[in-house]
Parts: sequence; C-alpha cells; structure tokens
Amino acid sequence: MNHFVRSEMAPAQPAPRSTTGAIVWAKQNLFSSPSDALLTLLAGIFLLWAVPPIVGFLFTQAVWPGGTVEDCRLETAGACWAYVAARINFFIYGFFQIDQYWRPNIVFALGAALLIPLAIPKAPFKVINALLFFVVLPVVTYVLLAGGFFGLRPVPTEQWGGLLVTLIISYVAILGSLPIGILLALGRQSKLPVIKTLCIAFIELWRAVPLITVLFMASIMLPLFLPQGMSVDKLLRALVGVTLFASAYMAEVIRGGLQAIPRGQYEAGSSLGLSYWQRMGFIVLPQALKHVIPGIVNTFIALFKDTSLVSIVGIFDLLNTIQAATSDANWFSSNQAVTGYIFAAIVYWIFCFSMSRYSMFMERRLNTGHKR
Amino acid sequence: MAAIDTARQEAPRTAFFNDPVIRGIIYQIVVGIAVVLFIFWIINNTAANLAAQNKTTGFDFLGKTAGFDISFSLFHWDRTSYYWEAFLVGLTNTLLVAVIGIVFATILGFALGIGRLSSNWIIARLATVYIETIRNIPLLLQLFFWYFAVLKAMPAVRNSLELPFDTFINQRGLFVPRPLPDEQFGFVIVAFFVAIALSFVIRAWAKRRLETTGQRFPVFLTSIALIALLTAATWILSGASVAFDPPVLQRFNFRGGIELPPEFVALAFGLVIYTAAFIAETVRSGIQAVSHGQTEAAQSLGLKDGDRLRLVIVPQAMRVIVPPLTSQYLNLTKNSSLGAAIGYPELVNVFAGTALNQTGRAIEIIAMTMAVYLTFSLLTSVIMNWYNSRVSLVER
Repeated sequence: MNHFVRSEMAPAQPAPRSTTGAIVWAKQNLFSSPSDALLTLLAGIFLLWAVPPIVGFLFTQAVWPGGTVEDCRLETAGACWAYVAARINFFIYGFFQIDQYWRPNIVFALGAALLIPLAIPKAPFKVINALLFFVVLPVVTYVLLAGGFFGLRPVPTEQWGGLLVTLIISYVAILGSLPIGILLALGRQSKLPVIKTLCIAFIELWRAVPLITVLFMASIMLPLFLPQGMSVDKLLRALVGVTLFASAYMAEVIRGGLQAIPRGQYEAGSSLGLSYWQRMGFIVLPQALKHVIPGIVNTFIALFKDTSLVSIVGIFDLLNTIQAATSDANWFSSNQAVTGYIFAAIVYWIFCFSMSRYSMFMERRLNTGHKR
Repeated sequence: MAAIDTARQEAPRTAFFNDPVIRGIIYQIVVGIAVVLFIFWIINNTAANLAAQNKTTGFDFLGKTAGFDISFSLFHWDRTSYYWEAFLVGLTNTLLVAVIGIVFATILGFALGIGRLSSNWIIARLATVYIETIRNIPLLLQLFFWYFAVLKAMPAVRNSLELPFDTFINQRGLFVPRPLPDEQFGFVIVAFFVAIALSFVIRAWAKRRLETTGQRFPVFLTSIALIALLTAATWILSGASVAFDPPVLQRFNFRGGIELPPEFVALAFGLVIYTAAFIAETVRSGIQAVSHGQTEAAQSLGLKDGDRLRLVIVPQAMRVIVPPLTSQYLNLTKNSSLGAAIGYPELVNVFAGTALNQTGRAIEIIAMTMAVYLTFSLLTSVIMNWYNSRVSLVER
C-alpha cells in the first residue's frame, strides 16, 4: 500500500547559512549599524590599549612566589606576588602567635564545614545545622580563639588580625543583626504606638548616619556610657557598632518580607487561636524569611565590604594588615603597595562575588513560576 | 467599637491581663519605662565618667579658636579661626565632594546601565565586567588604591603629566585652569536663564496647541536652538569674554589655576567609580522593569521610536529608577565620610577627628556630626515622599 502521508517527522534542515556562523553573529552583535560599528571599534581600541599592560603587570611580568625582593625592584617587574606570599600569614592571622595558628585554622574549617551544607538547599538536617552554625560555633570560636579555657593559652584580641578578624566581624554582625533585625521589623509593624515609634526611630537613626561615625561613637562614647571601671575591648566596641548598624538594615529587609505575606496568613494563625509569638514564629516568619534570603545575603555583602572600615578605628582587619605591611622595608619596591591592594581586592571580590551569585541563585529558586 | 466596649463591660470572659488592649498598654508602659531607665542609666554613667575625668560639657567650645590647619577649604581659614568655622569648612567640603560626585556618578552610571543592556556584545560585556568588579570591592580599599597607589605614585611637580586643556597632574594634585569671566559675562548668564524660561513657555503653549488642534510642535529642537542662539547672540553683542588663567610651572610649584589636592581628587574619583556601578544596576533594573508589552503597545498605537521612548518607556522606567537613585545619592554623601581615611578635610575628618581630639567634647561633636547626616537623610526622604506621591500610579 502506498503512503501519501508522512508517518514520521522530516529530518530537521540546518539553519540557513545566512543566519549562522561567526560572521553573521558578529554582524548582528557587533556591527548592526554604523554607530554600533563605531562603538565596537572604540571598545576594541580601548581593550587593545588596556588589556596587555594589565595582563603584563598581573601575570607575565609579575614576580611569582619564590622570587626575591631584588626581582621586584627591577624596572620591568610587575606585581610582586612574592611579597604577598611572604606576608600571607600576617594577612590571614594578623599578630596571632605562629605556634597557635591551628586554632584559627580549626575555626575556619568548622565554619566552612557548617556553612556549606547550610547554603545548599537540598542538604539534610537544616535545623541541626543551623543550630550548630548559629549557636554552637560562636561558643567554640570564642573558646578556641580567645583561649583561657582547657589549658589553651589566652590570646588577647589585639593579636587577632587579618582575614580572621574580617570574617569574625562579619560573622558576629550577621549573628547579632538577624535576631535584632527580626525584632525591630516586627516592632515596626506593631500596632502599639510606643513600640512602633521606638523601632522606627532606632532604624532610621542608624540608617541615616555613615558607619564611620557609628564606629567613632562606639570607640569613643561606649566607654563613657558604661559604669566606671568597666572597660570594653576595642574589638568588642567595633563589633557592637557594626552589629547595631547592620541590624537596622536587616530590619528593613525583613520588613519587606513581612509585607509580602498576605493578610490571610496572619488571620489564619489568629483563627487557630495562636498567640502573637506563635503566629509569628510558626506561620509568618518562616515564610517571610525565606522570601528575603536574597535580600539578607545582599545586606551581608554590603556588611562584609563595610567591615573594612574598622581599620579606621585601629583594628587590624584584612585591609589594615595590608596597609600596615605596605611600610615593610624588607619588601620595599615601587609596586609593593599596588600588589597589596590588588591582593586585598581579589580576596574581597571572591567573597562578595560568590555571595552575590548565591543570592541570585536563591532568587531564581524562590521565584518559581513568576518569571516569563 | 462602642458595642464591643459595652460587651466587654457586661461579660468579662477573660482575666484583665488576657485582654489584648490592656495587655498592649502594659507592654508599652513596660518598654517605655525600660527605655527611659536605660537612657537615664547611660546619662548617669556618662556624667560620672566625665566628672571623674574632669571634663566639662556644652557647646561653648564652638566659639573658641581652633588653632589647627586645614589643607583645603572653600573659604578663608587660618589657625585663628573658630571651631564653628571648622564645622562649616567640614560641611562645605563634604557637600562639595558629594555634589561633584553625584553629577559625574550619574552620568557614568546611566551610560554603564544603558551599556549593559546594549545589543552590542562587546559594550555589554565591558559594562558587566566593570559593574561586577567595582561593586564587589570595598570602597575604602578603592580609595586607598587611588590615593596611595595611583596619586601618590604620580611624578613630582617638575615632571607633571600634562593633560589636554592646560591641566596638570602630579603628586600634589590636579591643576586646572581658572576661568576668569569679565563683567559683561553676567549678561550671558542672564540670557541663558531667560532662554530656559522661554522654552518652558513654549512647551506650555505647544501642549495647549496639541490638545486643542492636534498639531505637533518640535519643542525640544526649538528650545535647544533658542537657548544656544540667545546665549551666543548675547555673548557676541555684549562683547563678553572669558579668560583662562592656566597653571604655570614655577620653580617649586604651579602658579595660577585651581589646585585640587590629591585627597580631593582620589575621594571624588573613588566615589564616582564606586557609586556609578550601583547607579548602573539601578538604571538597568528600572529599564528592565518596563515590560516588553509596553513597547509593543506603543508601536501598535503608531508612535515613532523617539516618542515611544519619551512618552511611554522613560516615564515608567524613571518611576522605578528615581527612588533607589536618590538612596544611592545619599549613600554617596554618607560614603564621602571615608575621606577621613585618606586625609580629605571633610566633616568627619575635621570635626569628628581633629576638633574632637583637641577639645575632647566627644558627645557634642559626634551628636552634631550625626545630626548633619540625619538632616541629609530626612531631607532626602521628604523629597522622595513628595516625588513618590506625584508619580505613583493612580488606581481606581
């Protein structure tokens, strides 16, 4: 029997040659109009002018670890990575005693081991994980770093430094600012006028002033506010300042989440006979916080960058250790400062960029079905 | 309400402490008392501490001679000036760098934001790389880079780099020519503003004509032509001229021109570079917030490309862009306080730094500094509320 109707699909033809290939792509994306072509040309000239010196400075002419300071002092030398390699312990641990490096190392390892499964949405045991990260880890960190317990040699906070301090300040600030921020956000939504006014005043005051004045205030005025004879550690003062500052921003992010929860959820909670805290804790906050995970991560990115300001009040965070090492005469060369800054920029960039990617990933994941 | 109140009086079903209204009042009283006690405790401690340190309080120090130098000031400053003048110097220096930063950051930010959405692949890539690099590096680090690694590494005065238009850059900063307008130049400025006022009149007239007759009038081109022609004509007819006093290399330094110290250049540059990346993201999200359906609807109404942008896309995008844009402006102003770290004499550096160290009046000085930023913030939010109520969608 003859078939006059196809029983299977015809094999797909390749796309017309006039619509594929590198030349067509370039024509569409680089030279679609005369002005477009001009822009491409200008951008190309800019790249040719800018990229080779940058690559040369960072890679081909750079002095890699193993090089000596004499190599860095050559006229043609690029970035002096040997200097970074020589001072890397100072940049990571500050003035921590060398034989005690295992203590921050354990803290780093524990932090990473707890943070990574917490960040992966599919990883199990979220509640235990969160408890360990937010409740147990701070205690372990304090015991390990400060010492004085279990025969550990005490290490004063003046000796903490470098990346360690940057990470600790960010960690403590997020740890403190989350609960304070939640309370402030709930207070701002409250129907009780006194509580509402207090929360609004607190939030707006901190958000209006620059962090540097907050840090000045914390380092100069906090000792005045406390009873006589009570001295506060320098690092702790900065921690209080940064935490209060961050909690005001956190409150605004969480408020956005609270406002996104439909009224019906609040009313459903009330009709079940739940009290205010039960309603918030079991129904509203879990949904609201999940909504604003990207916002929380973005606040955290800003916070992480802002920790560099503590160097102004004399705390040796990553930026300040790098700034201090700039005057290291053993490695004096014309590229010493630039290399240090570029290294710091790379470290900050890796942290912030990966967090911003994570925030975007969560946003896509939570944003199911709304995007076309 | 009345019915509920009477019902409560007649049949109290719960104990009074379970009544939400009474409970709310109790909570508020407790919190209020706690806050008042806390503040009282702080004041008490502070008073005790100050007494122990033999320090006095009050704002009388403002009228005393400051006795320190400020490297850069818009008006006269010397060691005999008073503390309130130091406050003003700091404030004007903050405002100066903020205004200049805002202007340039807006231009660069809009260019980058539009560039990131460009159909030109290489331009879009370049803008993306810029934004993603700059946004993820702390501003303070960038300021250190510009100040210590770039400007301090500039050649000495004798070997200054020469830029176009008689501009020089060296270790001591940026030297630009100083414009010296003559007396007739006032007429040119007046003519310029008259032309702007006239173009508003033309715009109103064209709108009325469009609504009554449906005939269009090229308002934009006319206004540009009017402003250019009227200003140019006045310039030529009045015989006004602007001389430039270029910086000239003398034995040890430049004479003439305007000298911008390296701290100012680094701070302004860093703020512009940093804030532009954030403004670019604001602009991009604002443009993307206007759905493609709007473009198609405008096309189906037969609007020309220019009209489509001007009447449909831009007004809707600006509604989304302007609120975060102003908060970026506010951020830039607050971030200018980082100038303290590289020695630019702005408010925090001069007043909360040097003046505080000399007088020891920590509370008064920090409070005044914070009040300044609080005022900026409140002013911005007042303007924003006004703007939002003006542009918000009117729903039925």
